[in-house]
Amino acid sequence: MLIAIILLVLVLGTVAFHFLSPWYFTPIASNWSSMDDTITLTFVVTGLGFVLVNVFIAYCLIKFRHKPDRRAEYEPESIKMETWLTIGTTVAISAMLAPGLLVWADVVTPPDDAVEIEVLARQWNWSYRLPGEDGQLGAVAVSHTSSDNPLGIDPSDPLGQDDIVIYDPVLHLKKDEAVTFLLRSTDVLHNFTVPQFRVKMDFVPGQVSYIWAEPNEVGSYDLLCEELCGVGHYAMRGRVIVDSEESYAAWLADQPTFAETQGELNTNLLAGESSYAVCSSCHGVNGEGNKAMHAPGLAGMDAEYMRRQLRHFKRGVRGADESDTWGRTMAPMAMMLADASAINNVVSYIGTLSGQDDFNDDASYGLSQAVARYEPSASGDPTKSAALYESTCGECHGASGEGVWTVNAPALAGLEDWYLAEQIKKFRDGVRGRHADDLYGLQMGLVSNTMTDDQAIEDMVAYISTLGENLEAPVKLAQQR
Amino acid sequence: MEHIAHDETSFVRPAEVGEMELYHAKTWLGKYVFSQDAKTIAIQYAATAIAIGMVALVLSWVMRLQLAWPNTFTFIDPAYYLQAVTMHGMIMVVYLLTALFLGGFGNYLIPLMVGARDMVFPWLNMISFWVYFTAVVLLAASFFVGGGSTGAGWTLYPPQAILPGTPGSEAGILLMLASLAVFIIGFTMGGLNYVVTILQARTRGMTLMRMPLTVWGIFVATVLALFAFPALFVSAIMMSLDVLLGTSFFMPAIMTMGNEADHVGGNPLLFQHLFWFFGHPEVYIVALPAFGIVSDLISIHARKNIFGYRMMVWAIVIIGALSFVVWAHHMYVSGMNPYFGFFFATTTLIIAVPTALKVYNWVLTLWQGNIHLTIPMLFSIAFLLFFINGGMTGLFLGNASVSMPLSDTLFVVAHFHMVMAVAPVMVVCGAIYHWYPKITGRWYHEGMARFHFWVTFVGSYLVFLPMHYLGIMGVPRRYFEITGTSFLPDSAQSVNASITIAALVVGFAQLVFLYNLIFSAMKGKKAPGNPWNATSLEWQTEHTPPQHGNFGKELPCVYRWAYDFSVPGVEEDFIPQNVPPRSTTPEAAS
Repeated sequence: MLIAIILLVLVLGTVAFHFLSPWYFTPIASNWSSMDDTITLTFVVTGLGFVLVNVFIAYCLIKFRHKPDRRAEYEPESIKMETWLTIGTTVAISAMLAPGLLVWADVVTPPDDAVEIEVLARQWNWSYRLPGEDGQLGAVAVSHTSSDNPLGIDPSDPLGQDDIVIYDPVLHLKKDEAVTFLLRSTDVLHNFTVPQFRVKMDFVPGQVSYIWAEPNEVGSYDLLCEELCGVGHYAMRGRVIVDSEESYAAWLADQPTFAETQGELNTNLLAGESSYAVCSSCHGVNGEGNKAMHAPGLAGMDAEYMRRQLRHFKRGVRGADESDTWGRTMAPMAMMLADASAINNVVSYIGTLSGQDDFNDDASYGLSQAVARYEPSASGDPTKSAALYESTCGECHGASGEGVWTVNAPALAGLEDWYLAEQIKKFRDGVRGRHADDLYGLQMGLVSNTMTDDQAIEDMVAYISTLGENLEAPVKLAQQR
Repeated sequence: MEHIAHDETSFVRPAEVGEMELYHAKTWLGKYVFSQDAKTIAIQYAATAIAIGMVALVLSWVMRLQLAWPNTFTFIDPAYYLQAVTMHGMIMVVYLLTALFLGGFGNYLIPLMVGARDMVFPWLNMISFWVYFTAVVLLAASFFVGGGSTGAGWTLYPPQAILPGTPGSEAGILLMLASLAVFIIGFTMGGLNYVVTILQARTRGMTLMRMPLTVWGIFVATVLALFAFPALFVSAIMMSLDVLLGTSFFMPAIMTMGNEADHVGGNPLLFQHLFWFFGHPEVYIVALPAFGIVSDLISIHARKNIFGYRMMVWAIVIIGALSFVVWAHHMYVSGMNPYFGFFFATTTLIIAVPTALKVYNWVLTLWQGNIHLTIPMLFSIAFLLFFINGGMTGLFLGNASVSMPLSDTLFVVAHFHMVMAVAPVMVVCGAIYHWYPKITGRWYHEGMARFHFWVTFVGSYLVFLPMHYLGIMGVPRRYFEITGTSFLPDSAQSVNASITIAALVVGFAQLVFLYNLIFSAMKGKKAPGNPWNATSLEWQTEHTPPQHGNFGKELPCVYRWAYDFSVPGVEEDFIPQNVPPRSTTPEAAS
């Protein structure tokens, strides 16, 4: 008796939960409402079946429960009933399958007028490529891939020169324009999911897969990887912004072509030096840093990382949080750098501070100088954090803290421990890395959560400060190359 | 076809095969460790499977603690979390459920239920267990090697499974692949044994269409496993070669940690096809024995013949056959040619028809029955709820376009736990309580068993029902945490917390279960030989527990199917299978 009542409670509770709980699909923002319709249909058919069969069981449990004088009926089979049940079930299942297949036919055939956008996924970030004026994407190969050509575009292919490249996890789309996403990976499996678009598809290295959608609501949407791709899987976040026609055009105009990114940068070291005069008041004439001013040493810092951070300071992506006192000090300084070339000049000049004659030399030379200069002051216990560094931090920043360009993870070795601790705390507390456009910052924020208290952070920076000792090998290796 | 009903004119052929000669152990070691008695081997299998299963249960708590209260527990970092996810899944599916149903229940029940003295190859049977044991040791060893066990997900997809960036890509993955290969070798020995025993060693009169459905379920599952496991075996070998010899079966030209890897030309999708060609039948390798056993439990405890026996047998066979042509429904969004979706969605939904018929027949067996709400019956009813629920969500995921928004989310996790984790575990529990008096000769403690049932039944539902809705909202599976998104309400976290609380309670209830099993085996009340008044042969043995050789001097002779319950005109409400046609009382058998 009790079992029948509990069974009914669970079944009716399930129905009530479905209708009364606030948890359901996100509002749709693409053309795939047909998918939502087939889901609703499937809910109706299966929900009815679920309730009917279970209520019947509960009825049997009450009606035919054991009593001293009861005797079961002897009924081996009933061909007629079994035939009718087979037919009924087949009809119900066909009613779900047929519409499902019709929608699938739409999924596999992108419309002819859909624009093609390539999405490149790799551990653990996103970049994008749009065909340029010729409307065609150039050839790519893993063998062309380098930090100067992250998408691996074939430099000799004329079709690729005008391709628009976006080395940033934020992609803009035009409202009401069908897009076929060409999905390419250069390392492991990944997946392209925007929950509000409904469709998703995996990336498979060695081939290009596709999925299409027509976004029809202006807005900003999370882009998630939903195929396990390693320890950084959960932190591999991107963003898709659906724009009106005008704001899309404005965004597109700002994006460089492949050829533009490959041209010799017209670096003006003298201009960089004069810009640096302002910087030197805090960061030191030789980029050695100043703990009292909370200004980190810059000599030896990763150049691409510095360029990105200067852009972020300039645009209010970093250093805008109320409680980020020192970030707010830095932001107006970055505003003085007028444009990308000014940023490039000053970063190039900083490159010369670590003793390199030619800033185009291997960046790891500067890193080794920074390590040599470095004096640890942290009080943490490096043995306590070694395991976490190796299993988590090292997967992006490198086992020796040398940084890994494909992950956009800067070198850590050589950074002052007080500065590292300060930044990790800012990431953890959401003071840094929570701006919508700072997805690498979000990634770091998520991972820094694994250090649950301040002592864990002290232990971690103490471990990182030991990494310089191991660094000699990779630096030498890089020099040989 | 054999007439299946109670039949006065049934004819029993004379024995074609002579009595088998049994090996009698001379030493303690030969009797209890390297035993060649299927019943002892069954208990060895079950004990090993449950022991490693407890490890997997603890790993599920690790996951649940992290998901409910992210960044609270210092010992759970992203790598450890993925290792827990991976090992939990692999252990539960392969090392617990497959080994327990086939090695455990298969070994104990097949010879007894078909009226054989033992498995036909007792020595091979012994070796099979020790090979399985070696596989478990290899698997457990991977927890202790440098870099830890693999965290590639139980699907072990390359390239990430063998590349830096995935936990355990050093030694863990190789130990996992080696363990799987060894497991499959051991299983093949056992599996051939089960199949040959069922086909060749049935006692006189035990026609195929008189076998209890338990034997049918285990039989077809074993055949599936013999065809499916080789696909996993070759993929394990090929992936090992990719690691050890630098071949490129599954490895295209890629970059790893900023450098080009030494691979070219391989295809990661090849692995996925091989894996799921094994992986989907694997679902039925776990489900079919559960189908068979639950049919018998419902029939016996409702005192009524299973409804539509022939349909039940054919449904098992058809489901088994169809399970080989649905594998790519795990791959709708894998990047394979999407046109395959039409074929696999259709085959997948077709398989729902025989499956639904099985459900109808279980339910119709209750209809007009005389339902005793014993512990095995309670677990059978729980099975029905979970299986129906999980079957319904399977119709979402099997239908390519419907599944797309739900793929790779917690909806999938909730679905397969309902249908192939909790549902079969309900049957495992019911079956253990059902056969416990036969295996130990003693009763379990009724109060503890009821406590175990209610907590497990209600608790598991509270774990997995809300989880579907997290998936519907878009929470991906295998995520260490999901903060920082804009589409999830904060209340999603409270769902996660409530799931974890329910999961911990259910987990601890299993300790009561284990305590009951061990304690009652020593101190429980003495049980009679056929306490449930069941008809199948294992309940008609001379001794309880059955001794080496199972039956007395002469093997029983079978005259009827296993479902002669409440036959009209007969005073008792059951007629054992070995009762001759003209006499209808249980006593007449002896």
